[in-house]
Amino acid sequence: MLKDITLGQYFPGDTVVHRLDPRTKLILTILYIVLLFIAKSYVSYGLVFLFLVICIALSRIRLKAILSGLKPLVVLILITAILNLFYTRGERLLVSFWRIRIYWEGVRTAAVMALRIMMLITGTLLLTYTTSPLQLTDGMEKLMNPLKKLHVPVHELSMMMSIALRFIPTLIEETDKIMNAQKARGAEFDTGNLIQKAKAMLPLLVPLFISAFRRADELATAMESRCYHGGEGRTKMKVLKMAGRDWIALGCGAALLVLTILLRRLGL
Amino acid sequence: MTPLIETKKLTHVYSAGTPFEHVAVEDVDFSASRGEFIGIIGHTGSGKSTFVQHLNGLLKPTSGSVLVEGEEIFSSPGRIRQVRSKVGLVFQYPEYQLFEETVRADIAYGPKNMKLDKEEIERRVLEAADFVGLEPELLDKSPFDLSGGQKRRAAIAGVIAMRPDVLILDEPTAGLDPRGREEIIYNIRRYHAAVNGTVIYITHSMEDIARFATRLVVFSKGHIALDGPPAQVFRHVEELERIGLTVPSVAKVMSILKQRGLPVEDGVYTVDRAVEVLLGLKGGVAGA
Ligand SMILES: Nc1ncnc2c1ncn2[C@@H]1O[C@H](COP(=O)(O)OP(=O)(O)O)[C@@H](O)[C@H]1O
Ligand SMILES: [Mg+2]
Repeated sequence: MLKDITLGQYFPGDTVVHRLDPRTKLILTILYIVLLFIAKSYVSYGLVFLFLVICIALSRIRLKAILSGLKPLVVLILITAILNLFYTRGERLLVSFWRIRIYWEGVRTAAVMALRIMMLITGTLLLTYTTSPLQLTDGMEKLMNPLKKLHVPVHELSMMMSIALRFIPTLIEETDKIMNAQKARGAEFDTGNLIQKAKAMLPLLVPLFISAFRRADELATAMESRCYHGGEGRTKMKVLKMAGRDWIALGCGAALLVLTILLRRLGL
Repeated sequence: MTPLIETKKLTHVYSAGTPFEHVAVEDVDFSASRGEFIGIIGHTGSGKSTFVQHLNGLLKPTSGSVLVEGEEIFSSPGRIRQVRSKVGLVFQYPEYQLFEETVRADIAYGPKNMKLDKEEIERRVLEAADFVGLEPELLDKSPFDLSGGQKRRAAIAGVIAMRPDVLILDEPTAGLDPRGREEIIYNIRRYHAAVNGTVIYITHSMEDIARFATRLVVFSKGHIALDGPPAQVFRHVEELERIGLTVPSVAKVMSILKQRGLPVEDGVYTVDRAVEVLLGLKGGVAGA
């Protein structure tokens, strides 16, 4: 069933990681991605990896959840690794067979790239697993606040994002329903060639779009009748507040960044 | 005679093996023959919609089987196509499935998928439109320009046009005003009288269905709680109320009279019959 797709799924919990301010988590995630690209040596990679492992352990997210989040990207990771394996030239030739040459450097790059992608995804998964979509958009809105000076519609963007997130499950459910209704009238969505398949989507897409527009219209009316008029002067039910743990977490992140840069300088 | 449609020990579990696991239908044995007009009633969430989506193979049973004319519906991929045209299912709020440019084209969608020829399709479209009471001049309009009740009827026509032996309607009057409701019920009864098929009509309103169903099937928590002709089902006023259904007031009054010791018969659920019974009683008392 379509419903089983998980999209930025949130696992509610009450750990330190869950309770961190979304802004802290967003900043740390960005920092973490930067670290992944700065790191050059085994030592610095090990350091970043350790950071990730500690975060996962603290969040009590099960390994199974992370693996299932990585699964859809296995192909991408494999392709990247294979391309790197075959196309990296180096000095230490390992295998030479027909026109294929595999160098030690290729193996190394492939492994590093695969690891880097997996760590990248795991880190962002950790963010969405431990932060509810609402908190996430709230955090982004707050972080991007300075951009308001440049007339970026920060509030509107974040409102759009939270509405979109809220309606993903609804739309998936709706798609399921319409698909079933058309199947009851003899529609077949998975047979025929590409053109036939595309044509078969029409009875699904037309009702889906119509219902999405209807919902949008209804939602707009509902929001306006409750006096929504944009972000100006709007207060929050849950005001974001940086706590001691947030500053500690950010401090750790900053220390890690300095350390990695130093290691890189030392050529480690 | 083999029943037209039958389920054996049908069980459906949603999201099996996850924390969201939910048994929606459990061990349901059900069968229907030609000519029956079956009302399925039950509280919201009692598994009615889940149950009927098995009858044309939209859902696969977790365990148990579904047979149409004595043959398992999942026996081969070709079989399921055949079953979809034999067992027509009108979903709740069916107007949300309309998509074509004209009502005519939309009603023709089902017959077209059955690969019928042009003339036959046209014939069926006209016939189906007539069954649901859509005027022919509406056929060339866009379905999105129709009124709510008309849209609903056009969508029902889209299923009727496949001439199913079993027509299943999932709460076909939900969200309509009383007049739209009466029209739909009138048309479905007319359809049932005209074809020698089976109609299965899901509702959670007893007053509606009691008037014309030949048989009532009461769902409760994924099981069939009661099954029989209306007069028999309405003998169980207390059980129906325990399940959380609103019993027709007449049935309730008669059951209370009986409890108070009046010798009235069981299972009276229409006003006319109640009047007869009570007048008979009065005559009897006066005569004594
Ligand atoms: N697609 C689904 N996924 C998970 N649970 C579902 C799904 N559809 C229905 N259910 C659950 O199954 C139960 C029966 O639902 P349904 O068959 O729709 O009942 P009814 O039509 O009698 O109101 C309900 O508890 C409902 O929450
Ligand atoms: Mg239902």
